[in-house]
Amino acid sequence: MSALVLEQKELNEPLERVALERVWKRPPGFIGWITTTHHKDIAIRYIVTAFIFFALAGILAFFMRLQLSFPENNILGPDRYNQFFTVHGMTMMFLFAVPVMEALGLYFVPLMIGTRNVAFPRMNAFGYYTYLAGGILLYVGLFLNIGPDTGWFSYVPLSGPQFSPGKRVDFWAQMITLTEIAALVGAVEIIVTVFKMRAPGMSLNRLPIFVWAQLITAFMIIFAMPAIMLGSGMLAMDRLTHVSTHFFNPAEGGDALLYQHIFWFFGHPEVYIIFIPATGFVSTIIPVFARRKIFGYTALVLSLISIGFIGFGLWVHHMFATPVPELGQSFFTAASMMIAIPSGIQIFCWIATLWGGKPQMQLPLLFVLGFIALFVLGGLTGVILASVSLDLQVHDTFFVVAHFHYVLIGGAVFPLFAAIYYWFPKWTGRLLDKSLGLWHFWLFFIGFNLTFFPMHQLGLKGMPRRIYTYAYDSGWANLNLLATTGAAIMGISIVLFLINVWRSRHSGVNAGPNPWHSPTLEWATESPPPDYNFVYLPTVQSREPLWDEVSPPVVCGLSNRKRESLITTLMEAAPDHRYELPEDSIWPVILALVVGGGISWAIFDPWAVPISALLTFIVLCFWFWRGNEPASLTHHVQSSEDLQLLKSEANKI
Amino acid sequence: MSRRAREHKAWRFNVGAGVILLMLFAASGCRGSQNVLNPGGSQASHISNLWWFYFWITVSIYCLVLIFLISAIIRTTRKPFVPAGSREVLPTNSDEERRKTIFIGAAIGLSLATLFVLFLADLFTGRSLHSLRAADALTIKVTGHQWWWEAVYEDQVASNQVTTANEIHLPVGKPVQIKLASHDVIHSFWVPNLHGKKDLIPGHPTTLWIQADKAGVYRGQCAEFCGHQHAHMRLLVVAEDEEYFQQWLSRERSNAHIPETENQIHGEKVFLQTTCVMCHAIQGTVANGKVGPNLTHVANRRMLAAGRIPNARGYLAGWILDPQHLKPGVQMPQHNLSSDQLQALLDYLESLN
Amino acid sequence: MKSGFGLLTASFLILISGCKREDRGFRVSAPAANAIQAISLDPIHPGGASTDELIKNDYEENAYALSEGKRLYSQMNCVGCHAHGGGGMGVPLMDDKWIYGSRPEQVFATIVEGRPNGMPSFRGKIPDYQVWALVAYVRSMSGLASQNAAPNRDDHMHLGPPESSREQQSPKDVPPTK
Repeated sequence: MSALVLEQKELNEPLERVALERVWKRPPGFIGWITTTHHKDIAIRYIVTAFIFFALAGILAFFMRLQLSFPENNILGPDRYNQFFTVHGMTMMFLFAVPVMEALGLYFVPLMIGTRNVAFPRMNAFGYYTYLAGGILLYVGLFLNIGPDTGWFSYVPLSGPQFSPGKRVDFWAQMITLTEIAALVGAVEIIVTVFKMRAPGMSLNRLPIFVWAQLITAFMIIFAMPAIMLGSGMLAMDRLTHVSTHFFNPAEGGDALLYQHIFWFFGHPEVYIIFIPATGFVSTIIPVFARRKIFGYTALVLSLISIGFIGFGLWVHHMFATPVPELGQSFFTAASMMIAIPSGIQIFCWIATLWGGKPQMQLPLLFVLGFIALFVLGGLTGVILASVSLDLQVHDTFFVVAHFHYVLIGGAVFPLFAAIYYWFPKWTGRLLDKSLGLWHFWLFFIGFNLTFFPMHQLGLKGMPRRIYTYAYDSGWANLNLLATTGAAIMGISIVLFLINVWRSRHSGVNAGPNPWHSPTLEWATESPPPDYNFVYLPTVQSREPLWDEVSPPVVCGLSNRKRESLITTLMEAAPDHRYELPEDSIWPVILALVVGGGISWAIFDPWAVPISALLTFIVLCFWFWRGNEPASLTHHVQSSEDLQLLKSEANKI
Repeated sequence: MSRRAREHKAWRFNVGAGVILLMLFAASGCRGSQNVLNPGGSQASHISNLWWFYFWITVSIYCLVLIFLISAIIRTTRKPFVPAGSREVLPTNSDEERRKTIFIGAAIGLSLATLFVLFLADLFTGRSLHSLRAADALTIKVTGHQWWWEAVYEDQVASNQVTTANEIHLPVGKPVQIKLASHDVIHSFWVPNLHGKKDLIPGHPTTLWIQADKAGVYRGQCAEFCGHQHAHMRLLVVAEDEEYFQQWLSRERSNAHIPETENQIHGEKVFLQTTCVMCHAIQGTVANGKVGPNLTHVANRRMLAAGRIPNARGYLAGWILDPQHLKPGVQMPQHNLSSDQLQALLDYLESLN
Repeated sequence: MKSGFGLLTASFLILISGCKREDRGFRVSAPAANAIQAISLDPIHPGGASTDELIKNDYEENAYALSEGKRLYSQMNCVGCHAHGGGGMGVPLMDDKWIYGSRPEQVFATIVEGRPNGMPSFRGKIPDYQVWALVAYVRSMSGLASQNAAPNRDDHMHLGPPESSREQQSPKDVPPTK
């Protein structure tokens, strides 16, 4: 493969750049916007949309907290409150947490592994539009009083046809189908891109931990999401006119408990799907701000893999109060405690990295420190909840609400903010304002603790979850008022953050290509990166490529007349063949319209299913029509013609 | 003071404040009904002991982790300050890395041992919880409805069976078997002072054994989201000495009090000739409705409407006229009674002791 | 945003009607409660065509009211005589034969007044708004209510196709048999 590798001084970078700009340019205007297949465009759209949903869900939560500030309050009646807490949960879990984590992966994985785009750019676009359709479906339902109102988990029989009349729960089921399609699409992209498109020399043991985290998450998504699609599909079929199955009808041989098993088999891995990418952010940020390489790379990777596996063996700990056999429950107690070990290994390795480094107290590191403080607390209350006897007291109380907000906000949102402060200069070329950022951090940290720490106490004092109000004689009023105050402070901090982002986009301090002097490859190109990511694809010789003494050779010879990238082998990342990436296309949008419209229409009429299946087939025919297909799919560079072509192209440069 | 040192100081302050808050919270939360940490029976005692065991261990672990984290940040302040944006990358010393590896290995081993201890503690507590049994224990069948609790005291002799609602009496010091079933959706029977919760799932009848060791009135609440009025589905468990319990039981077994005054007689007529009789039962009259709670001895109950309101005349009047105001979505309809009818009905219901 | 807008418009049109369907009216005044006096059993009047204004029962498009009607149908023991629509001591309710009229106000009168040959009068025993819910449910048993709002399958033994799946039976007035 040495023909592909030339000395840097022989390359004509400006000419190459001009040619690549031409090839990778988007059509102008709205058409260009809607047909784009650039992974960075799609990822930014995911992130912005996810944050809009985050804000909406936060507003819903704030109304819930207002309602709970005083006993027998009447801001929200029971029906409205039930819709609010259901949509809050669904938005945070399906429309914010998983998509934003996947989106950061879709943006940075190709950059960190040194390639030009994800493996299937058009499918990537389709995934985003399907996700958007799901979110719109849910919120149109909420605003028209058809919001689902049986909880984000939607247990039967309450969500079954008898006890939930109307179409509300059907909105729940179909919204899940749409967002899970998007999640599966993202997972497939990550796996194939990571396995096949890495820079030469980036063997698996040189993969950045961020990429490992995204890879493991993607595998978890592929195994977990089908369970919820099955569960929501079975519920939808139970409820549908003319279909009316009896999956969860005990009187006809069905089982209400089956639903819980299917749901939580997805539900528990879901929270690790949210948490593992966050650990990837932390493992990326700590070395940069400790100014030394991460401690315990192998241990960290193995911990992530074991969390990925063990995470599938914990689901019954959500069901300890149900009549499942006690011996089985003990097994899940043991597994739930066991998963604390790999999480603990990660914490210890991070602290060890900081111990041997010189921590620079920049905002990303501050958020990471907040993460460690809060996540460990949440993890320890998780160990408490793993015990069957203790869980029987605090299950379905505000103790659990406190626990999961500590692990989700502490364990995922804090690293997410750290990631945003860290990567904002890569996206926009400017730094976020530091003093506004400090206000954001401290208000968020203090507000968060004020909101959720009292909830541990409330749970122990007997306050169950999912209640729209409580009695005067319960003794819960003071702590609830305290929690609402904390929520207000959190809200203010988010507003400050949004102001910071808005202002810094255009008037923040200029950052160069690598303001934090980080070692990973995304910092080897401009800020923001051009559409083709790198003029010449890099090669790597270590885990921290940009911290090496000598910069390694680059790959050249890829065509600058069509969109092309390099496929490498799985283990050693040796170059294998060239891969032509498709042009921008309208078909992803159209397919998303068909799929989204069909799935939404299926709420009202089962005929939507065969009709939209037929339309999907037709659209896919157009999508895969010959002539649209990239020409050189398995074009090995070993042939002498290719070598000639490469040499002549190299000479032209 | 340099900016970085100020940040460290603020950090330490926050942690200190957090620890103090933690202790304050812990101190204030051990009293009261419906409190997990205020056990009134053996089952809840086992769990409460386990809680404190877990609590102190996890708090110690947390403090250890925080100490190491803060030390990792602070100890480097003694080294020369590295300005932001420095290109300097620290080399790694393989001896130090090895020492750290051994230390972390030991920490993992310690964590594993701790988790094992916690697991065993849970296992033994579980065994204690399940060992509460008695041969001919009092058996109460509790059926969850949307949004009230039906309780049937089972007995070999059919006429000794007692059907009541929302308030359960138990003798102190004896194991009681609670059989749990659901009439409609999933509910969860939870009386924190006495035991953990158990879900009532249609198609999965189950059992809970409890024992009250201290006399008192314990409050419970449904703990599985069951619809609009999940928030207002409470129950009371009254634990009393054996002789008081037997008095209560025989009272409950008897037919309803026969109305004596003119108003009470009129009230009985109102009950039997308007909507009440369609859903409620009063033993000893023709009223035998199974839809709503049994009202045979309703005047003896401390609360009404599944713990929503105290059992007093004004509250009862408001509940009868407009249940939807107090519990929107409940199955009991609004009523149009004239004030004569209402007063008579109240007199009658108050006589049902 | 194309797919977003397209979906939004389409959904909006369908869902505008959804608002009414999904309402949970806990504290209601009965539809047309005061018009009870105006209900006549027979549409024939001396002097010409009937001037009765048809009463529209909004509950027929409200899913919550229909499910309440179904709940009341069991709880008020309509099943005792009418079974789950197949009839027994009482006439079947899921067919197209109506002895005393199929219009909502006529069914209302049937329930409240009672009828000869065994239908009791429920006046004073069931509040008016709950009777209207029962009326809507009874009509849904022969497919006369909105399909999207009618109840789906119960969590009980299978007793027949759910009301939402029943074909609409055009009502035919028949005289009483005895």
